[in-house]
Amino acid sequence: MAKPDDTLDQFIEAAARALSLPIEPEWKAAIRANLEMTLKHAALVDEFPLPDEAEPAPMFRA
Amino acid sequence: MALDLDWAPAWRIASAVKSGEASALAAVEAALARIERLNPKLNAFTAVVAERARKTAKAIDALSGGNAPGPLAGVPFAVKNLFDVKGLATVAGSKINRDNAPAVKDSPLIARLEAAGAILVGALNMGEYAYDFTGENVHYGPARNPHDLARMTGGSSSGSASAVGGGLVPLSLGSDTNGSIRVPASHCGIFGLKPTYGRLTRARSFPFVTSLDHVGPFARSVQDLALSYDVMQGRDPEDPVCADRDAEPVTPSVERGADGLRIAIAGGYFQKGAFPEAKEALARVAKALNVKREIEIPQAERARSAAYIITASEGAALHLERLRTRARDFDPAVRDRLIAGAMMPASLVVKAQKFRRWYREQVLKLFEGVDAILAPAAPCTAPKIGQTTVVIDGVEMPIRPNLGLYTQPISFIGLPVAAVPIPLAPLPIGVQIIAAPWREDVALRIAHTLEEMGVASAPRSAL
Repeated sequence: MAKPDDTLDQFIEAAARALSLPIEPEWKAAIRANLEMTLKHAALVDEFPLPDEAEPAPMFRA
Repeated sequence: MALDLDWAPAWRIASAVKSGEASALAAVEAALARIERLNPKLNAFTAVVAERARKTAKAIDALSGGNAPGPLAGVPFAVKNLFDVKGLATVAGSKINRDNAPAVKDSPLIARLEAAGAILVGALNMGEYAYDFTGENVHYGPARNPHDLARMTGGSSSGSASAVGGGLVPLSLGSDTNGSIRVPASHCGIFGLKPTYGRLTRARSFPFVTSLDHVGPFARSVQDLALSYDVMQGRDPEDPVCADRDAEPVTPSVERGADGLRIAIAGGYFQKGAFPEAKEALARVAKALNVKREIEIPQAERARSAAYIITASEGAALHLERLRTRARDFDPAVRDRLIAGAMMPASLVVKAQKFRRWYREQVLKLFEGVDAILAPAAPCTAPKIGQTTVVIDGVEMPIRPNLGLYTQPISFIGLPVAAVPIPLAPLPIGVQIIAAPWREDVALRIAHTLEEMGVASAPRSAL
């Protein structure tokens, strides 16, 4: 079982492979710091309750 | 007043050219000479199109009689290097885009400004791919602040603000996804207009985040913002986001004053973390306008977070293939943010877009009771070039993403904003005048009132 600290590193490695993104070892710390910051912002949005019927802002019109 | 071509506003140059007091060629030569002398210090321009500019100027000077040369006759201007300029590769602050073929046509905004008599003199430095609030750029070097060369211009429209603040040109164009017009306008002590989302066409400009990208002008006078904005308005089927609305000229009303307008100060989030200079600038504006009412923009912090993740995700989608094939050619500070953005779960991004609609509805309700809202444009005056962190509200944060703290919740729902410079010593700082969608006229009327009162003004650079 991964330590909680390793989870994000493992996610980054898996996502990089899934997206075919080559990542150099020396970039990882900055990528992790940026992803942590972005996920922190995302958590703030995620926790806000919206009704199931809420429409996203962009609307497609046929 | 005697014509000083090194610092004259665009309207004054145009009136001089129209009356025969000066030629368009003289205005262009003065701008080119100033660029040659000062650009080595400011690093605002990445390309100068001197021959094209002289040719355009001569054509304007040849007009006479019934061929009026337009409201911006002879006004030199320059554009952030993400706008297509015929014959130049649209580099968008990057090394990678240098390999692109030169643009075959000018951006429609350049064409509209030139149709009004303005004269393009060059393309301007910017943060790589517009993912930046600092004005630093590893490929081209930082654009420098005209009030202190050791300080940042703010970004990402760094050269656009440096060139106007330093007097190289009276008018420039930039783009604003999260604050990239308003933050550099604040740091460089000039006026900037971020119009309503969809008001000005973005066709043939290099994109960043299509959900949030805006374009707009920088100038040293409100009249110049109004004149240039008016000639750039109008439909454009080339940009699907560009509104299907008639032009709504603001120049006729800009001098109407602020009487009768209901104005409030944004409280809560918009004052948390503001440095004393940002509070002082806001207080001066509020006092001048006799505004005491404070209102809370609901969930502004969450709005900023939602803008943050939409930016990360859409920006990454735009650059995904370049990240796969040319990752080493990016500015590392931009690359590492984009790679992180590529990994954002889509479910969270969709939630941010749902929140965006909810937030828009709440803020539009606020505008039933007010016509304009005042807020700081940046938390602090221009930081030193090379500074990587800033302490906001007692917390040390990376500087690159955080200078747009107060601008992001506003552009997130596309509200029009005039950024006005308050000439504090030793450095200027900006205040946002935020209006309801499509009410640029209201924001500019207030900005003009502050300018007339001497509260807002672009301090002259000592360069």
